[in-house]
This record gives sequence, structure tokens and C-alpha cells, in this order.
Amino acid sequence: MKVTEKDVKYIAQLSRLAVPQAELEIFTEQFNQILNYAEIMKKIDTTGIEPTPYVLPISNAFREDIVKPGVSHEAALQNAPAVEKDGFKVPRVIE
Amino acid sequence: MKLYELTAHELHKKLVKKEISSVELTNALYKRIYEVEDKVNAYVTLDKEVALVQAAKVDKKLAAGEAIPTLAGIPGAIKDNISTLGLRTTCSSKILSNFVPIYDAHVIKKLRTDETIFLGKTNMDEFAMGSTTESSFFGATRNPWNLNRVPGGSSGGSAAAIAAGEAIWTLGSDTGGSIRQPAAFNGCVGIKPTYGRVSRFGCVAFASSLDQIGPITKDVTDAAIVLNTICGKDEQDATSLNVEVPDFTKALVPDVKGLRIGLPKEYFGAGIDQKVKAEIEKAVKKYQELGAEIVEISLPHTEYAVITYYIIAPAEASANLARFDGVRYGYRNMEATSTPEMVTLSRTEGFGAEVRRRIMLGTYVLSSGYYDAYYNKAMQIRTLIRRDFEEAFQKCDVILTPTSPVVAYPLDGKMDPLQIYMLDVTTIPVNMAGLPGISIPCGFADGMPVGMQLIGKILDEATILRAAYTFEQATEYHKVFAPLGGNNK
Repeated sequence: MKVTEKDVKYIAQLSRLAVPQAELEIFTEQFNQILNYAEIMKKIDTTGIEPTPYVLPISNAFREDIVKPGVSHEAALQNAPAVEKDGFKVPRVIE
Repeated sequence: MKLYELTAHELHKKLVKKEISSVELTNALYKRIYEVEDKVNAYVTLDKEVALVQAAKVDKKLAAGEAIPTLAGIPGAIKDNISTLGLRTTCSSKILSNFVPIYDAHVIKKLRTDETIFLGKTNMDEFAMGSTTESSFFGATRNPWNLNRVPGGSSGGSAAAIAAGEAIWTLGSDTGGSIRQPAAFNGCVGIKPTYGRVSRFGCVAFASSLDQIGPITKDVTDAAIVLNTICGKDEQDATSLNVEVPDFTKALVPDVKGLRIGLPKEYFGAGIDQKVKAEIEKAVKKYQELGAEIVEISLPHTEYAVITYYIIAPAEASANLARFDGVRYGYRNMEATSTPEMVTLSRTEGFGAEVRRRIMLGTYVLSSGYYDAYYNKAMQIRTLIRRDFEEAFQKCDVILTPTSPVVAYPLDGKMDPLQIYMLDVTTIPVNMAGLPGISIPCGFADGMPVGMQLIGKILDEATILRAAYTFEQATEYHKVFAPLGGNNK
């Protein structure tokens, strides 16, 4: 399976990234290098093997539902690149 | 002996005996930092004013004759992906280069309770994605043993700071070897605790099922001391374990008689530097002399560990790093005229090449049509890697391996990403299985430190600490200081 520059652009779009033209060729090459290497996984038959998303057998971690103070508006907005009134300001979403 | 050359446990005694004050000690560390930092670049941010205020508080307590915790008044440093209230936390990325956290990580809260001193934040590979600390937005860190070589990574700043005498203890984080490998490259002790031992709350997430915070120190005793403070259940991290935290310093007993040490043959095969192998073999012999029993074991799925990791970790990273959108914090492209454009441009300009590569790889392996072939398959192989360890631990109590198949390599960017990824084969399986692993110095090759890794059973940090301590007490490697020069051209 070979990933093309067009595929890389599509994946970038899904990732909310742009690939600068200067990087497109090298990115595509590195992508294929890694995916070619991934072919070794085919050597193992994993039929019926449970996947391991987490190593420890923890399921729901419950705690008491106690009201605690949250983050203040002031603190939440402290690192915002742009603020208007009491909110985060972004460029127009709907024309 | 200079103050910056001493360990936390030695300095604690001096503080208590009033031979030195914490302010004096903290000033000595900053003096050392100013002397060597232009060569090493271990730090992203220093916090001298606050550190000295904290040191003065500890001195006041000491003057009043109050008892203090072991780490009180002892200057350390924190990897820059661990959130510190009011102190810039950048992940060595442009996208967070101005980010000032509004809360402390759980480990930081615990360290503050112990009244320790934070000198500053240490350099790292951007978002902990790397093994060289070259991908930092703030420039590469250099190895104090030879300034032309990499310090390893991603916690390269934390390890180089220890080797250069720029901190007494540091915290790193380890997703695929990011504490142990730089510890090995810099002749330090580094421990990755069992997954779930230490709360990840406030550690900027890279791959949540693998990330774990741990200490980098000058000796095993200090590693146990820092562990004592940072371990423990935290309800803000759902994966944090509700288990008793033993006093890890109690494990520091110089005795390995009858301890079964497993040597996995897969870790000594092709790809290992023969000089590194020779040093590890010497260490094995030492353990035999000390009364340990050496057992040959096999971890047959080792060859799949690297690719499995480079599918699972980017997959998790692609989801975790989706939060960086330029809306609420971090870098924003101010020229964009629409919100989607603003998000895309902010991310593209804010992340470096390696981070973008991994986000895209992760997005790809999770995308429809490829999920089963890559991500699910990798998680299944992860199960097999885990089982390898379960079987191996039927025959032995700890597993001994080289921490890295090589010593620190030249800082010249000559290796391609896959070549560098392959070198993580000795550390990655430990994260995959959630096991504790420690790296300690065990020799030199080409003038660079060699690290030995000891892997323990789940939650059995005590046994690897005991084995590490026993070796350390019988050798002198941890007492050799980095020359801070070498072939600096």
C-alpha cells in the first residue's frame, strides 16, 4: 500500500493541519517508510486476541458527587489569544 | 565537593545540621546554572525569585527547630510538560510558548507540600515526541558528557540538568523511554513507575495509556525519596491506582542474594553496540558475584514493540493534541479570516515537524478503513507483549537489559526518524506492559555513560530499587561527574 501526496493532504485536512509544499514530498516519503515497516505486523496471527487499550483492569472510577469550586472566568480567559466581554473571541464562523 | 555535586539526601543532612541554608544552596545552584547553561541549554524557564522566597521559608522553619521533609529546601527542576501554577509551561513548543497554567499538576502539589524548591522548567522534545531533545522550539539541549552529542529525550533537559549540576533532582515523563533513555545517556538514575502509580493530572497528555511521570536523580536513594513524594491515588486521574504506597527508601537494602535476574535474549541481538553489550555483561557478572541468580529468558514479541508503539502513541496523540486550536490558549494565527482557517493555520505554525508528522500518522491509523489493520492490530500485539512479560516473570524477579542499545550519539541530525525510533526498542515494551523500569549507570563506552535497565513486575518498584541500590553501592559509576566539554567544537 502506498500513500500518495494527495492522501497526505487529505490526512492533513482531517488533522486540521496544512502541509507546506516544501515538506510534502519528505512527509509522504517518511509516511510510507513507517507504513512499510508496519507490514511486519502481518507476520502475527492475532485472531481472537483481545486488544489492550489500557494495561490495568480499571473500569469506571467512581467518586462522590460533591460540589467543588470550578475555574473562575478570569482564570479561564487568562491565556486566551483574544477576549471580548466575558468570552473567547474568534473570527466570524457564519457569514 | 561543590554543593551542586551533592545528592538530596546528603544536602538534607546538611540543612538539618545547619551547615548550610536553603537560600545558600539555591543561590549555589543558580550560580552553577549561569556558569554552564549557555553550553548545555537544559532549561526553558528559570524562576529564581520565587525559588529564593520558598528557600527562605524553609530556612525560617529550620531556624525555629521544626522538622522538615527530606526534599524541603532542596532545589529541583520540572520537565516543561508538567503544569506549574503561575509558571510558564511550554512543552517546548511554539504553540504553548506563552502558556501560564492556572493550576498545578498533582505531583507539583505534592512537592509543594514537601516545601521543595523549583529552580525552573527543563527542556524537552516538543510535546515529549522524540529521543534527542533536538525538536525543542527553544533549541537543542546538549549532553554534558560531550557537548557535541544529544542528551537523549524526551526528558533531555531534566537529565542534562542533573549531569551538569544544574539541579539536585528533576522530574521527567516517560511514554516510550523518555525518562530512562536520557538518564542512561547522561549517567543518571531515572525511574518510570508502574502505570497508575503517579497521577498524570497536569502532565500535558501525549499518549495517555503510556505516559507516566518519574524522577531523574544522581543516585538510587534520591529516586526513592522523590518517588515517596509523588506517588499516590488522585481522583483527578481516573487511571491513578488506589493502592498503598510503600516507603520506597525501605527497599534500599544492599542484598541480591537469591534474586533471579532474567536476561531477555532479544535485547542482546542485532543492533546493540558491542561496547555497550560488554558493559552490560560486566554488570551481569557483578550481580552474580553479589549472589544473584542469572536466568535466560525470552520476550518473543520484542521485534514488534517499536511499530506497535509508533501506531498506538501517535493515535492517542492525534486525539490529545486536538485541543490545541488557538481558541482558548496558546499560539494563534491572527491573520486568518475564518475560524476553521484560524485553527488550521495556528496548528500548522504552532507545531513543529515531528509533532505534525505524528498527529497525521495517528489520524491515519485511526481513520476509517485503516483502524483494524493498524490501530486495533497494534493493540492486539500489545496484549502479546504484555503476556511475554507475564510469562518471563514466572522465571525471574527482575529483568535486566541495556537501557539503550547505543550511547548518546552525535547531535548532527544525520539519522532519519525511523532509525531513531528503532533505538527505543529496549524501553518501549515496558510502557506497553505498564511495568516499572529503572535505568542506572553501569559503565562507559567511548567516554559516554552506559545505562542498565531493570524492569520489575507491576507495582514492584521495591525490588528494582533494591537491585539497583545493591549494584550502585558495589560500584562507583554514579560518582563520576560529567566533564562538560569533551570535543566541543
